[in-house]
Amino acid sequence: MAEVEGVERDAETSPGWRRLLRGLVRWETLLVLLLLASIAYGTSVSPHFLDSITLFFIGLNVGEIAIIALPLTLIIVTGEIDLSVASMLGLTGLFMAELFDHGWPIWPAIVAAVLLGGVLGAFNGFLITRLGLPSLAVTIGTLTLYRGIAQGILPTDTISGFPQGLANIGVVPIPHTHISYSVLIFLVLAVVFGVVLHATPLGRAIFAIGANQEAAFYSGIRVKRIKFWLFVLSGMTCGLAGVLWTLRFASARYDSGIGLELFVVTVVLLGGVSIFGGRGTIVGVVLAVAVLGTLQTAMTADLIPAQDQNIVVGGLLLASVIVPNLGDIYRRAQARLRAVAARRQAARVAQEEPT
Amino acid sequence: MTTSQSAPVIALEHAQKSFGAVHALEDGEIELFGGEVHGLVGENGAGKSTLVKILAGVHRSDAGRLLLDGEEAIFDNAKQSQAAGIAIIFQEPTLFPDLTVAENIFVGAQPLKRFRRIDGRRMRREAGALFEQLGVRLDPDRLARGLSIADQQLVEIAKALTTNARVIVMDEPTAALTTNEVEQLFRIVETLRARGNAVLFVSHRLEEIFAVCQRVTVMRDGRHVWTKPIGEVTVQSVIRAMVGRDMDALFPKIDTEPGRVVLKVDRLTREGDFTDVSFVVRSGEIVALAGLVGAGRSEVARAIFGIDRWDAGTVEIDGRRLPPGSPTAAMAAGIALVPEDRRQQGLVMDFSIERNIALASLDTVRRGGLILRGSERRFARDWALRLRLKYARLTNPVWTLSGGNQQKAVLAKWLGRKPTLLIVDEPTRGIDVGTKAEVHRLLSELAAQGVAILMISSELPEVLGMADRIVVLFEGRVMREFARADADEDAIMHAATGLVEEAA
Amino acid sequence: MTSVAEDQGVLEPRSGSHAFAEFLARFRELGIVLALVIVVGAATIDNHLFLSAANVQQILAGSAIIALLAIGETVVIITRNVDLSIGSILGISAYATGVLYVHHPGIALPVVFLVALAIGTACGVVNGLIVTVARVPSLVVTLGTLYIIRGIDGAWAGGNQVNASMLPDSFNKIGYETVLGIPYLGWIAIIAVAAATYAMRSFRTARDFYAIGSDPDAARLAGIPVGGRVFLAFVLSGAIAGVTGALWLSLYASVDAIAGVGYEFQVIAAVVVGGVAIFGGSGTVLGAALGALLLYAINSALVVVNVSSFWSLALSGGLLLAAIAFDRLIALRVAPAMRTRRRARG
Repeated sequence: MAEVEGVERDAETSPGWRRLLRGLVRWETLLVLLLLASIAYGTSVSPHFLDSITLFFIGLNVGEIAIIALPLTLIIVTGEIDLSVASMLGLTGLFMAELFDHGWPIWPAIVAAVLLGGVLGAFNGFLITRLGLPSLAVTIGTLTLYRGIAQGILPTDTISGFPQGLANIGVVPIPHTHISYSVLIFLVLAVVFGVVLHATPLGRAIFAIGANQEAAFYSGIRVKRIKFWLFVLSGMTCGLAGVLWTLRFASARYDSGIGLELFVVTVVLLGGVSIFGGRGTIVGVVLAVAVLGTLQTAMTADLIPAQDQNIVVGGLLLASVIVPNLGDIYRRAQARLRAVAARRQAARVAQEEPT
Repeated sequence: MTTSQSAPVIALEHAQKSFGAVHALEDGEIELFGGEVHGLVGENGAGKSTLVKILAGVHRSDAGRLLLDGEEAIFDNAKQSQAAGIAIIFQEPTLFPDLTVAENIFVGAQPLKRFRRIDGRRMRREAGALFEQLGVRLDPDRLARGLSIADQQLVEIAKALTTNARVIVMDEPTAALTTNEVEQLFRIVETLRARGNAVLFVSHRLEEIFAVCQRVTVMRDGRHVWTKPIGEVTVQSVIRAMVGRDMDALFPKIDTEPGRVVLKVDRLTREGDFTDVSFVVRSGEIVALAGLVGAGRSEVARAIFGIDRWDAGTVEIDGRRLPPGSPTAAMAAGIALVPEDRRQQGLVMDFSIERNIALASLDTVRRGGLILRGSERRFARDWALRLRLKYARLTNPVWTLSGGNQQKAVLAKWLGRKPTLLIVDEPTRGIDVGTKAEVHRLLSELAAQGVAILMISSELPEVLGMADRIVVLFEGRVMREFARADADEDAIMHAATGLVEEAA
Repeated sequence: MTSVAEDQGVLEPRSGSHAFAEFLARFRELGIVLALVIVVGAATIDNHLFLSAANVQQILAGSAIIALLAIGETVVIITRNVDLSIGSILGISAYATGVLYVHHPGIALPVVFLVALAIGTACGVVNGLIVTVARVPSLVVTLGTLYIIRGIDGAWAGGNQVNASMLPDSFNKIGYETVLGIPYLGWIAIIAVAAATYAMRSFRTARDFYAIGSDPDAARLAGIPVGGRVFLAFVLSGAIAGVTGALWLSLYASVDAIAGVGYEFQVIAAVVVGGVAIFGGSGTVLGAALGALLLYAINSALVVVNVSSFWSLALSGGLLLAAIAFDRLIALRVAPAMRTRRRARG
């Protein structure tokens, strides 16, 4: 036994306090602090910020973003990206409204919208896994294509007049609570996604693909198949979000949710998911959703216009990718300074003793 | 011979280099003179490429001296080595595929005309002149994309000439060349020698060494064995110097009665990689795939496991045919592959030790679709214990392990599946002697338990000590098959270098 | 993606006419010109007004804006990066130009363009610094700055608008005057594209861009200052977008907070359709500019043949996807010839 448990010498190089510190500055801890700061900001703006009705509005504001962020988290963990989410949301919402407008009952129209989302996602997945195209380029293309199709179908009009009962789920809380329907859906899905990502063979495979695709393939993981279905899943989830969005605003327009990809990508990266793949947690993403929702609602309460809020969200996005790199940046800068100093020193020595 | 009597252009004395616990080079020594082609031979892991990388400035030796024209020098990086007039031609050069041949030759140093504009005409003319000098035809205006390996090497050689390199190091330059291309390369090497360049020619293929070199240096186990003029040595004496080592105690292969045929490979072909490869592996038997680097051994293993598709032929496990290109099907049939590159293919370096060990056996550590942390840990600890893996915590990332223990982790990952056929590709490369012996004992025990083992190894003593049968590949084809009793180092080396008629 | 994707080889044709594929890949410009002729021809047959002077001028002026932006985007994409923020840079620069005229009606034309240049350059410097110093993927960085710059623009502009009446005629002229039947903007784009095409062939720095995109690691080994060059690419892209912002204002003569929204997608589509590899390393400015012209001509043709212009966005996306899929299929076709092949000796 003693031999087995023998300590590898290079395994334990960092002193205890440093490990303790590293444990404390976990990304999630930072997010909790950020959340508290957002709440503090909110309460300073409005004394009623902590009222339960605010909770409802926070949920209402970020519901769709939060739902879409879940499959995108899995996609980014595998090292890919899906920028077409907002366009899929817009197109599926419009599709549902068009079907309804053409006399379909609402429920089949909703199912059809979700299925259309799956088809749109499958198109992404096909181009990425079967043709081997980079997901960045493909989803920039489909971002444009899907939005363009929506614009072509319904350039100027809006469709509205959905059944009152369903349209209400967008704007009223679940009876006897202050939780919006979209938040409930998000929380249920978050549990499902969290379990899948962190506790099933599929989740393990997703991490392995992102951390080392080749080793994953050598371990019998079906890399392409998993990626393909993740894009389909992303599309279907966007379909669901598109339905919710359309019902919430009680109208469908071609530009529904335009630019939402910024918020979704921000939530995922702010949640501590590595843009290079292989790392991330659903808990982090849930916390990031809470941060973004609280901050947005607080800013709205502070009467900050939407454009200005975009500056903050864009800044959050940049911060969430730069901050984890600060250590590296510092080390590189130090190394460069040392190299410059060494060169100066060498030049001085060479001057002193000419050969 | 034009070897000058003055100091060597470049010399390396008592160079040492370690990577962590691995001593890649313990006593490297080489002297290169202008106007001389110097051969460097040795088995894989003998330290040749480490020595080359020290000359290239990629690695810095831990100890020893580097002499440039008799003066001590230090290369901190590749640029300093280039500035000192040393050019390295790698086996597979890294050109810019989207730039033209001429641009690749002059990248970063293009001839300029007024206003610092690139003088394209002069660049093409000079490139053409260089190729003429080398006696080859290559269009300076074509893109580098799609050039054959031989032509890519030509571009690198031409590039070396533009920087007025005095020393040209060729690291296994012929490994991927055809006969005609090799002949052309020999002519160019001769041209370079006649110009007064020093050429270091690293190769596995002894007949090439004898064809182009004036002197030859043999290395073994990271040490310089001897350097002699080519006229004073024979193929036999070189091979003896390369492999000669004590090897009785290290390889405890237990004798077993081979059982049923587990793996049957029949006329397996993958275009460009291997052709008509047939052999069988029985249960309880260790079969070695021997041959030089690039002979197609790993490619055969990868195809059997489904990583690459094959174009023709069949693979049968216990009489059932495998579909091509499906690792999942191969695993279901009971195959396990411990790949060549454990850092890139064998392990997910950022994953913990336990997750790596369990990664191929997720089905056995789950219940109702969920991975049970406890049973995953028990599984990992169980196999870590059986393989005597040395670790601090199972939750530490696997990169915290030493090379030998990383290899044990890969073995644990695959043994955990209780395979009927275990393929191991270079199972002891880059690991310390103690662990090496443990791995050998383990393979031997597994065979005794009835596992069929297909082993790829470049170390002849390992092959001879461990294998019941030896299949030698050369240029993607089965050259010879030996029974354990018939095999010796000379015979295998001859077959592996394509010199089958001498051995017969 | 990586070798795994390649090795599974589902779509790996083992034979085919490589020569033809290579021809297509190398002479993309010719192909675009051909497509352009077909589009123009078909549209003219359908409606002879398509080739009317007014319509041609409108196409040339509109595509000139996209073509100018495409110059900078081409440089960035060649280095294996992407700049999504150009539409926002164009927007803020256009608005700044308008505001400048509102507050200083008599300001000299060169000063206006210098200000536009400075704004664009500053944005490019920010992009370039974050990408190279923090080593964050340019996609994320420029997605962030896309919204940050747009947000600053929106905060500044609010609901205000600058109209043609607030702009001096000397400025508006750039947008509508023509020389030899070609609008000023067209000439500017032609000269800029010609100069950029020449520069991309003739300077070491420019060749470094190609080397970096072709193989970043090899570029580092060859002693190319990769970080500095990528930084420069973003600065160039930003600077061009800044100047183009002023030109945009001269063409459309009114600007508010949403000027140039979504231009990045049109520009990327034009660049990719023009044969610039999305993986970096190859492509020409001329091709990208022709791609812009083709895209714009198709849009215009749609209107002429009575398809709603609202389909133009879908068209950009569809063409972008078609172009990368096409390039990929060509590459797969050429690939077998390029596979390292060991051939048995003797």
